[in-house]
Amino acid sequence: MSIAVSENPKLLSLTDRGLYCKVGDFYVDPWRSVENAVITHAHSDHARWGMKRYLCSQEGEGVLRRRLAPESNISSFAYGEWLNINGVNVSLHPAGHILGSAQVRIELDGEVAVVSGDYKTAPDTTCSAFEPVRCHTFVTECTFGLPIYRWDTDEEIFASINEWWKENQARGRCSILLGYALGKSQRALSGLDPSIGPILAHGAVHAMNEAYREAGISLPITRRLGELPTGFDFAQALVLAPPSVQGSTWLRRFGEVSTAFMSGWMAVRGAKRRRAMDRGFVLSDHVDWPSLLGAIESTGAERIWATHGYTNILVRHLKEQGKWAEVLSTEWEGEQDASEPGTAEQEDQA
Amino acid sequence: MRDFAKLYLELDSSNRTNDKVAFMVEYFRTASPEDAGWAVYFLTGRRPKRPFASTKFQLWAAETAGISPWLFTECYDAVGDLAETIALVLPPPVQENTEGLAWWVQNVLLILAREPEESQRQIVQKSWEKLSHSERFVFNKLITGAFRVGVSQELVVRALSISSGVPQATLSHRLMGDWTAGSLFFESLLSLDHDVTEDLSRPYPFCLAHPLEAEASSLGDLSDWDIEWKWDGIRAQVIRRGGNTYVWSRGEELITARFPEIAAIGDRLPEGTVIDGEILAWSDGRPLPFAELQKRIGRKTVGAKLLQTVPVTLIAFDVLEFQGRDVRADPLSERLQILTQLKTSGLVEVPMPAQVNEWSELAAVREQARDLRVEGLMLKRKSSVYGVGRKRGDWWKWKLEPFTIDAVLIYAQRGSGKRASLYTDYTFAVWNDEKQLVPIAKAYSGLTDAEIKEVDAFVRKNTQDKFGPVRTVTPMLVMELAFEGIQKSSRHKSGIAVRFPRIARWRHDKGPDDANTLAEIKSLIPD
Repeated sequence: MSIAVSENPKLLSLTDRGLYCKVGDFYVDPWRSVENAVITHAHSDHARWGMKRYLCSQEGEGVLRRRLAPESNISSFAYGEWLNINGVNVSLHPAGHILGSAQVRIELDGEVAVVSGDYKTAPDTTCSAFEPVRCHTFVTECTFGLPIYRWDTDEEIFASINEWWKENQARGRCSILLGYALGKSQRALSGLDPSIGPILAHGAVHAMNEAYREAGISLPITRRLGELPTGFDFAQALVLAPPSVQGSTWLRRFGEVSTAFMSGWMAVRGAKRRRAMDRGFVLSDHVDWPSLLGAIESTGAERIWATHGYTNILVRHLKEQGKWAEVLSTEWEGEQDASEPGTAEQEDQA
Repeated sequence: MRDFAKLYLELDSSNRTNDKVAFMVEYFRTASPEDAGWAVYFLTGRRPKRPFASTKFQLWAAETAGISPWLFTECYDAVGDLAETIALVLPPPVQENTEGLAWWVQNVLLILAREPEESQRQIVQKSWEKLSHSERFVFNKLITGAFRVGVSQELVVRALSISSGVPQATLSHRLMGDWTAGSLFFESLLSLDHDVTEDLSRPYPFCLAHPLEAEASSLGDLSDWDIEWKWDGIRAQVIRRGGNTYVWSRGEELITARFPEIAAIGDRLPEGTVIDGEILAWSDGRPLPFAELQKRIGRKTVGAKLLQTVPVTLIAFDVLEFQGRDVRADPLSERLQILTQLKTSGLVEVPMPAQVNEWSELAAVREQARDLRVEGLMLKRKSSVYGVGRKRGDWWKWKLEPFTIDAVLIYAQRGSGKRASLYTDYTFAVWNDEKQLVPIAKAYSGLTDAEIKEVDAFVRKNTQDKFGPVRTVTPMLVMELAFEGIQKSSRHKSGIAVRFPRIARWRHDKGPDDANTLAEIKSLIPD
């Protein structure tokens, strides 16, 4: 069973394995094992294990390789480069989500479909900037597809993170800054002021920092916990770590701490409270409401498919604006409120 | 407004009492007296009348944000707090403002109620243009009247006392009754002199009892204790001063006009008297069910018919002022003697529990409470002063054990505020004779955070239907509900109404078939 996504069903359709291009015989971010998978970015809900061949952007090859089994068959090509597969033109275009993230553009007989993956249009020095791509069919994420989500500028967010760090130093508390190990942590790192104090990285974050540096992204110096001298004064330091460390014994070594979580969900007080963090920074790698609408508009698409997020709401809103829009049920998840998918903020779309 | 918004967010984000006091002290020390006065007003839970319906507020917000009303509703549903939702959906401000809280209250908030609707809309939308995100949030909170920030009046008083040096008891007394934060309010609140012109209508802070959790016998010698029934009505102070009578509820509402019978009792009291007691619907020497009294609560004026069908009286149990003298520091035994003298001025004879000599016998006396329509016993140390607020050790309430039943979860709704977007508000049902589940009670509290998460996940997985915000779930979960009272009710489908229902525990060991039947529950109704 499959659903035609583009006007020509052979260009792009939804199957139980994922979004499929029949003529080119490849899937985009499939959720079951397939022969050929074009990957938008290396987050685990989009880049799953077990595909025979992976295709991704050159910028993203390093991080993807670290996320998958070492023997994985990965090939990559540059943003904007055209690949002709059985008469289908395939190209990748920056999605601005994390390093190497791409929108997949597929063209057959003059009809163009674009799968956005996850994306943001706001500037980010740790990855290539989002590029609007004209198309007929646009498959868009809508993780934060509600008008309550509007992001502040990076300058404002980074200033408040650095301010928080300094306040903690004054109170003799170690700053624990929690966020996704891939993407969020590096973006945060790029905005930290290393003159304030030492920046430490959890092992999971460190591995991704290295991948970013190898790809030529310049990041402030971070230190691993293992290389610190005994008697190191954690009260001056900021620690970048994944959310899973919250409440774990791993945190004990730092003495008195202040914890903060970086996520778009932190825009709402209730979500902040439930995470029981001292601070929440509204830092997201997804588009906020105005940028989401702006991005959709700039594609000029006639058919808009909304996946993962507030899909029903976005679709209803777009229809009200006179657009063709439908919900596309995929197994992608977007940004999770907690480290356990499906429990908290993420709305089920029944 | 910026400083007050900052204070609000600080108080809102902290769970530590000492931090909260420190934030308020810092604010009171730096704010202008006008701003600080209004801050006290709002922080102690006072609020001006809501100037317009919340539906208007939502419409204007949706209009300013350029979104459809249904989309606004979706946002509200996700956030769970109206003031916050509005602050989040509005476009960024276009101007700055440097005005303080007092300016915003006097020039905007208090003006609004007198304006026609069109002008209200303009004032509100203009205001939003000038306020930052956090200022808008607090501004909206002030307008919707939902200004709760997790500080008690007691904490505010503590902070005021630290920042001013005025004793807490003095401040508590000055904050009683009906006042607004007009000019010079803050100065006179913190004045070190005793002001002779202090308001004659002002009640004293109510002394509150703690629930008795330990064994009653641990309280020592029974003869040191005054034993009374614990009445289930409206706690009230009746004040006779300057030739006038004032009746105050514990919620510090002036309710003189609503209860003419009580006002008449007050009128017969000698000048300079303040009585503490309970207002009860009363007939044939005992209280009527609480539901009857409820018919009088909330009525600003009472008709002759209601006066006849639900007459009220005052059960006086303490005297706080006598012959113009504050007698709160006198021992209870002496205050009770004064009360006996006052009985001649027309106070109703108060039924007392039987005198016994042993704690064990007293437990048996307590068992009579349900038949007498009282909640249990009050134990007050005879030597105790009339304290301010909830002081531990001298006044105990020893209530009857609650009723408990097992019921099945059938509907769930999302909570608000802290619990927004989690399914925390539940409706429970029991079996009727036709083997159908009929709703019996709503309960919002009693589960741990971890259990709430678990139920939330269950609700999401087992939704059968949706009616607006309400989800019908597969009847599977059984909870033990506790409640204080049970009555027949024609307004409920089940034919009964329960008081103060809450979840006692999750009965993982029981299935839906093990839940109680309606007939079993009806048998609990006292005659």
